[in-house]
Amino acid sequence: MTNPSAIKTENLGRVYKVRRAKKGEAKERVALVDVNLEVKPGEFFGLLGPNGAGKTTLIKILVTLLAPTTGRAFVAGYDVLQQPEAVRPSINMVSGGESSGYGLLTVRENLWMFGQFYGLDNQTTFRRIDHLLEVMGLKDRAHTKTSDLSTGLRQKMNIIRGFLTEPQVIFLDEPTLGLDVSASREVRQFIRHWVTEQPQRTVLLTTHYMAEADELCDRVAIINAGKVLACDSPSNLKRNLQHEAIFHLEVSPLQNDVLSTFNQLPGVRQVTHTARDGHSELELSLEADDALSGVVHTLTVHHARLLNLQKREPTLEDVFVDRVGVSMAEAEKAEQP
Amino acid sequence: MTGITSPRPDRGWRLFVRTVIARAYPRIIGQQRERAWIFFETFLPFVATCGYVFVYRAMRAPEDYIGFAVVGGAMTAFWLNIMWNMSAQLYWEKENGNLPLYIMAPNSLMAILLGMALGGMLATSLRAGVILLLGTWLFHVPFAVASFTQLFAVFLLTMVALYGLGILFASLFLLFGRDAWQVAMALQEPVYFISGFYFPIRSFGFAIAWMASILPLTLGLDAMRQLVFASGPSTPT
Repeated sequence: MTNPSAIKTENLGRVYKVRRAKKGEAKERVALVDVNLEVKPGEFFGLLGPNGAGKTTLIKILVTLLAPTTGRAFVAGYDVLQQPEAVRPSINMVSGGESSGYGLLTVRENLWMFGQFYGLDNQTTFRRIDHLLEVMGLKDRAHTKTSDLSTGLRQKMNIIRGFLTEPQVIFLDEPTLGLDVSASREVRQFIRHWVTEQPQRTVLLTTHYMAEADELCDRVAIINAGKVLACDSPSNLKRNLQHEAIFHLEVSPLQNDVLSTFNQLPGVRQVTHTARDGHSELELSLEADDALSGVVHTLTVHHARLLNLQKREPTLEDVFVDRVGVSMAEAEKAEQP
Repeated sequence: MTGITSPRPDRGWRLFVRTVIARAYPRIIGQQRERAWIFFETFLPFVATCGYVFVYRAMRAPEDYIGFAVVGGAMTAFWLNIMWNMSAQLYWEKENGNLPLYIMAPNSLMAILLGMALGGMLATSLRAGVILLLGTWLFHVPFAVASFTQLFAVFLLTMVALYGLGILFASLFLLFGRDAWQVAMALQEPVYFISGFYFPIRSFGFAIAWMASILPLTLGLDAMRQLVFASGPSTPT
């Protein structure tokens, strides 16, 4: 294969057989449906979707941990199902909230151990460990037992583990999950710097943080219920919504019956509602600015008080709402049994 | 990353050896950092050994029987290691997220399993050695080693068979999760009983001794006792 894609999937599908506890009968759960993606070498690609959308399943297939039910997938030019041994030296993965390694070992020892599994000699391993510990601000914790690290520091160690082997393609599955704002920012800075250091380094990032995808990714695929609904650069995805007027409203607490009337108003394309402590937040996507008067009138009729109103530029959250029909939070709620 | 060209990573047998050593490391180093094992994995089996020694002394059994109990007590450490560390290890690796990282690394899963086994074996040898030395010193065990070479060969063969069984158990635990764990718990005491840790297995008669021989430890223990005691274990007196 000449000049292969870093990642390519062709009609990829995966169905899980879930066994019921009592009856022993198998029930099928569709995790991925006909996923077609192509990521070029050097690209920072994002998979954006709510929990249960199929992001982790897709990553598990790409890192050779799970076989697809249908279709094919290639990483670094090799078929993940037919040539997993050829794929593995070129990849690594970091998952959010993972607790890999051994608590009794120090940070440096754990990282050394994982380096050995990739055949790195000791000199190279320790040179890279020391460099990465310094970059990630963990140098003073090199000889701390992993069990004594906080969640954030442990996740930083996991991130170093993933980058230690200098993979051609790295899979980051919610890498900033559970990190505080400052640690997340440091991790994002580090990843961005790493990918720009060498032109062939490719990152596939899954996240449900819209801002993270917007900030880091060259292209983003929006995935929901196992299907890819859109795939383009964040700016192009948002540009497609530019013809719409997007408003953020804060109003006194709303009843459910009011919400249903908004969708019937002329010029209103999408409304999402979030109940906050003591007030309600509305995200409105309108065909034009003048449709707002109908919304304000409806609020007045229902004795709702307008606390704040802002017109704003479209975000990836708006793109998600436009494609899926509900907000990310609502999609996650719907996924829960 | 640092502007320095790194050598090509090892592949083939070199990677295999690196993986074995790296996976054995946490087992060996963990023992140095978790001193509680001295009590739980050395003192407790030793107490059980003492119980059998006192029973044999009260019965005025031949002195070699004291030795059988001490050697059996030492070997108990290996069986406990197989049951509770080796067998459950892959299950725990899956629970804490290490297993996917092992599978997706470019090494052989066999090297990981071998590393686990070697690490466990080396760490347990120390425990077994402590029980053996303590028992020998306290109860004046009369060893009469016929051939150190044969004894070492039998010990090594027993370990290979025993840890091979451990690797099989590890896969079963991973496949069946907690169900397999419950089966192992249910088997623990019967296995102690029929594998002749503290008495010659032929006391049960040929049929049961033959069935018990399915456990590598039973045969290994029997062979080692024949090599280290003047009377041998197979002729109960």
